[in-house]
Amino acid sequence: MNTAEATQFGFLDEFAKKEIRRTVLKAIAIPGYQVPYSSREMPMGRGFGTGGLQLTLSIIGRGQTLKVIDQGSDDSVNAVNLRGFIESVCPSVNTTTKTADADIIQSRHRIPELALTEKQVLVLQVPYPDPLVIVEPSEEKRKVMHGEADYSRLLVKLYEDIVHFDEVTISHRYPTCINGHYVIDPSPIPRYDVPKLDQSKALVLLGAGREKKIYAVPPFTDAAPLVFDDQPFHIENFVNQDGQRRACQRCGSTESFLDEYLDAETQTLVFQCSDSDYCSRFLSLRKNSASHSNTEIDNSADAEELAND
Amino acid sequence: MTKVLEVRNLSKVYGPSCMECYESTGPEFSTNICPACGSIVAAHNISFDLCKGEILGIMGESGSGKSTAVKTLFFDQEPTHGSARFYDSNQQYDLFSLNPAQKRNLRNHRFGMVYQNPGLGLNFNVSAGGNIAERLLMNDLRHYQQIRDRACELLSRTEVAIARVDEQPGNFSGGMQQRVQIAKALAINPPLLFLDEVTTGLDLSVQAAILDLILEIQQEFETAMIVVTHDLGVIRLLAGRTLVMKNGRVVEAGLTDQVIEDPQHAYTQQLVASAL
Repeated sequence: MNTAEATQFGFLDEFAKKEIRRTVLKAIAIPGYQVPYSSREMPMGRGFGTGGLQLTLSIIGRGQTLKVIDQGSDDSVNAVNLRGFIESVCPSVNTTTKTADADIIQSRHRIPELALTEKQVLVLQVPYPDPLVIVEPSEEKRKVMHGEADYSRLLVKLYEDIVHFDEVTISHRYPTCINGHYVIDPSPIPRYDVPKLDQSKALVLLGAGREKKIYAVPPFTDAAPLVFDDQPFHIENFVNQDGQRRACQRCGSTESFLDEYLDAETQTLVFQCSDSDYCSRFLSLRKNSASHSNTEIDNSADAEELAND
Repeated sequence: MTKVLEVRNLSKVYGPSCMECYESTGPEFSTNICPACGSIVAAHNISFDLCKGEILGIMGESGSGKSTAVKTLFFDQEPTHGSARFYDSNQQYDLFSLNPAQKRNLRNHRFGMVYQNPGLGLNFNVSAGGNIAERLLMNDLRHYQQIRDRACELLSRTEVAIARVDEQPGNFSGGMQQRVQIAKALAINPPLLFLDEVTTGLDLSVQAAILDLILEIQQEFETAMIVVTHDLGVIRLLAGRTLVMKNGRVVEAGLTDQVIEDPQHAYTQQLVASAL
């Protein structure tokens, strides 16, 4: 018996996994409802994605493929550590950086650019599950408010924003109404990703380890951001002063969510895709079509391999 | 006259309450504390009817149970006994047998409350306009411009400068806060409005303005109101009928003129005499 088999597959004991799976079933049955569960101690601090990790460990099976991202990137510290941990406790699980190949995608702050499919599950790590926490400190009262779909005070917050800033200033964690009743905090995803939740083909599971809550956006379910009738929801548009959509400085895509950072050498603002897999894919497609302009799109797969390796 | 509210035998006891509570308290004993068990009989056997467009005054010294009566009707407190029936357009509700969700629904959609302390009725973390918006949003108005127009309309109606609609009520004077509170209560044109000591602690000119406003609202929207006060002047000006309370009991009830001009109960006589 080697060390990998000596430890429990998926780190959590079977009772813990069973409990989480039952919680997940309830969360799917009541879209957007925050189901409490007994969040286990994990070998990392709460707040580092333990909610998402417990979900992933409970639903992943042998032979499945996992992708872990943090802020869209496969290579950031949180993603690398979580992936390493899951690899060590789930020996027969494959990991990938390719969105299309993954069965389960655990993410923090982003939903991948590539549209997800019915066969995939997106697991989001959530720091603050309850959108009402900004207007009501008492959890008991918040539960009643959720039960009665009383979100008027949340809307007052939006009203105040429009009054003071002429627009809603919530950049991420935008309160979103699921299936016409419960309003969720959709993890710290940017506004840009909120429309992806609506009628999503993939199941979206959200886990808050510290707050001990699991909730879900089931596939093909309505997800509508809270808005006023005359103040439509809008996403980040990334246009510059001249009204032009900024492009990723690496791959040149003008259709992705961009990260903005200051180049240390040139002291200029640089924009780059936040989704690294998308960026590499787009880059290889472009290179491919530039080098052999007549080549079929099939070949892009090879180029993509190269780009990823 | 269409009846809006029918209250029968409303009682509220704080404390363990025993068999002797009701027999050994009241104006004849000059106390509302039960000597046997120490419970406080805040209100006992209050019955009245309220019709559309009518203002009912509840008068009495502090601790006489007038606010308690109104708070039970607004579901701020649970009554110990009694029944209250609210007649809405073509429905009627037995107020004290509703579940909490139904109670909140009525509170948010059909009732309005103005407290003596604006801190209870207003949210000081959001602007005056936001406070009014909250009430409108509860009623499923989801159109920003309409909400804003209505908030401005209500504030100008209650003579709060529209330029200050986006200021927090904490920056306002007491009288202005009270008027914002009235504007908030009126936002949804409730058929029933509770006013708990609305003018207490305000200077006379502001008092007069607020009382004028209340009368205008009554004329314009035919809102039924219950006005709780210890101020005889307010009662005389506003209320068509009056209940006089002492030690948790109604000691006298009738037309306001009649009660004030020809008080029957010793306490009412004392009250009227001391005011003149």
